[in-house]
Amino acid sequence: MATVTFDNATRVYPGTERPAVDALNLHVEDGEFLVLVGPSGCGKSTSLRMLAGLEDVNAGRILIGDRDVTDVQPKDRDIAMVFQNYALYPHMSVADNMGFALKIAGTPKADIRQRVEEAAKILDLTQYLDRKPKALSGGQRQRVAMGRAIVREPQVFLMDEPLSNLDAKLRVQTRTQIASLQRRLGVTTVYVTHDQTEALTMGDRIAVLKDGLLQQVGTPREMYDTPQNVFVAGFIGSPAMNIGTFPVLDGHASLGRARVPVAREVIGEFTEEDRNHITIGFRPEALDVVPAGTPNAIPVIVNIVEELGSDAFVYGQLTNEFGAAATVHSGAGDSQVIVRVDPRQVPAKGETIGVVIRNGEQHLFHAGSGERF
Amino acid sequence: MTPTPQRLQITAARPDPALLDLPWHIPLEEWPAETLAALPRGISRHIVRFARLSGRVVAIKEIGETVAYREYELLRQLDRLDVPSVEPVGVITGRRSPEGEPLEAVLITKHLQFSLPYRALFSQSLRPDTATRLIDALAVLLVRLHLAGFYWGDVSLSNTLFRRDAETFEAYLVDAETGDLHDKLSEGQRAYDLEVARVNIIGELMDLQAGEFLEADVDAVAIGNALAERYTDLWRALTEVESFGYGDRWRVQARIDRLNDLGFDVGELDITTDVDGTTVRIQPKVVDAGHHSRRLMRLTGLDVGENQARRLLNDLDEYRAATDRQAEDESFVAHDWLTGVFEPAVRRVPRELRGKLEPAQIFHELLDHRWYLSEQQNRDVPMKEAAKSYVKDILPNRPDEQSILGVQAGDIRETAQMPIFDEDQIIG
Repeated sequence: MATVTFDNATRVYPGTERPAVDALNLHVEDGEFLVLVGPSGCGKSTSLRMLAGLEDVNAGRILIGDRDVTDVQPKDRDIAMVFQNYALYPHMSVADNMGFALKIAGTPKADIRQRVEEAAKILDLTQYLDRKPKALSGGQRQRVAMGRAIVREPQVFLMDEPLSNLDAKLRVQTRTQIASLQRRLGVTTVYVTHDQTEALTMGDRIAVLKDGLLQQVGTPREMYDTPQNVFVAGFIGSPAMNIGTFPVLDGHASLGRARVPVAREVIGEFTEEDRNHITIGFRPEALDVVPAGTPNAIPVIVNIVEELGSDAFVYGQLTNEFGAAATVHSGAGDSQVIVRVDPRQVPAKGETIGVVIRNGEQHLFHAGSGERF
Repeated sequence: MTPTPQRLQITAARPDPALLDLPWHIPLEEWPAETLAALPRGISRHIVRFARLSGRVVAIKEIGETVAYREYELLRQLDRLDVPSVEPVGVITGRRSPEGEPLEAVLITKHLQFSLPYRALFSQSLRPDTATRLIDALAVLLVRLHLAGFYWGDVSLSNTLFRRDAETFEAYLVDAETGDLHDKLSEGQRAYDLEVARVNIIGELMDLQAGEFLEADVDAVAIGNALAERYTDLWRALTEVESFGYGDRWRVQARIDRLNDLGFDVGELDITTDVDGTTVRIQPKVVDAGHHSRRLMRLTGLDVGENQARRLLNDLDEYRAATDRQAEDESFVAHDWLTGVFEPAVRRVPRELRGKLEPAQIFHELLDHRWYLSEQQNRDVPMKEAAKSYVKDILPNRPDEQSILGVQAGDIRETAQMPIFDEDQIIG
């Protein structure tokens, strides 16, 4: 077991000016499940490959426990890349499929058997140890592959988009299995995905990256409740947060005819760059539908209602009467907002509804830098 | 219920209309036997089937959409970089069953004609030198991929196909799913690929032993380690910096000759001297495989394996000497050799036997056969006579290797070695 530390770790690809990973500082606790997440090209896979020893580190260091592994060969780092290859050998028993790497490494037979049995117990594979892989289901075969990594007893597991080539159903199943298995094993794990739902459901903590820069690290709850900047706010959460930038007048942000009060201390923190504007984020569930004519209500024309049984979401258009329509965006597109509504009282398509942001549930960001107030 | 129509999206460089005739609305696993050319064997991560398409065979793999496009693009790039790999045909997405269930995307690749899966080659009667030749071929492929900046991620015998190349094999990459193309690979990437290769090869051999297709006393670990050694030697020969005194400048040419012997051309050689000019350092910067096959292609238009080319070029050289035409332009002599020696010999193979081996491989075996005959009969057996005997006694006993699909270990006998004949069989 070990901690993992990225200490100002930087990777610049030859022939490029901007680093793929720029001075990454990140500390993963012993036994922790950390998810690196971000859009493609954000540097998440590069970070993982630096830890694996597959990418050179141009500046900074990488430590596993107290050991500086920056210049150590991949196979001497005591890590396991899980799921890279899970082709099973048809003529070997499940036990041999799990233990063959130990056999190659010259581990004594009795030790191999013991480690394989322990791993099989954790993976619920004990009764299949002497069978051939053909007799196993798809999910069981995947667990055998996982067992291959477990018997090596590495310090750290690394997983790079391990679910990307599974179909949707198996992906959700395997997601839960990996997360619960990791908790039982207690092995430090670094996991890369582009899917924020995967990140939220699996990680003890999540690190969001963009353009090679670490944006924020925190528990799923922290990332959701207090995103540190507009990027994280828009990236974490599904459906995505509604975000817009508005002028501030007399202690209120003007959303067209509607006005949202902005606290005095916030206005006091305005910078020149903000040009007296503020970026406000509000999640679909932070909106209340109010009766027509309520003062300061934001009018939304209903385009689509998505009914999910337990929830319903309105995908709506802001009107131009609402001055700043074009500056608002959400997961649904520009000048679109998403509103969670009572699934038993859904508005009709084409109807105009009024919504207000529930008090204290807005997220305020600098219009200039995008940083949270 | 009205069935949801399929809205197939076909991405292909040269789309073949026949693609539309395949039953895309059926999961690959349930495709009817009449569409299939063969079933693959062994446990694979994905469902793979071989089907007939416009008179050739294609391999079809069900795989996630993004992964399919990615692998298709990678295979196309490898093709452009001239690295031996299977040729991608296209990606098909938007498949639906008649009930409207979405089906997985597929990646289609051309079946590599005359290629042999390792399971067919490693068998009970594995000769030590067959193992060595396969490992050599894989080492050459890995070096070529690494020189081109390709990180494989899952090097194994199952992800490779082998083609006969004179007395050796040439290896082709089959599965690029875990791969990545970079400008230049780091030491770590190369080392990791090599370690994965070593462990996978040993695992695959142990599997053959567990299935009793390979004798238990074959040292799987030693074969896996041999790959790492062979790779390291070749990598060093191709990339190492060499220093020598200014007086030893002949070593520049010697290095180039050595690389040519290994089958590589030097595209760019970095030569530096130190300040006082007493020491010269050379390092190949760009090396391209296929030194002999390119030369043969230029002279004759024949597109064959590197070692087949080497063999054919030797025969061309002999022909040139025997006809006393050393002073003449090489390309004229090559033309006469092609029309007067190579083509007539290969044409002597009756049509029904042409699926056995590639023409260049047949010519290589013919040369071997003539040598055996000549030695046995203590005379120079003419080509015509040798060809007649080869077609009558040797070729009919060879398996058809044009489309070996879904074979099991032991299905094909070790055949690379020339069989031994009875005296009275050899009648010209």
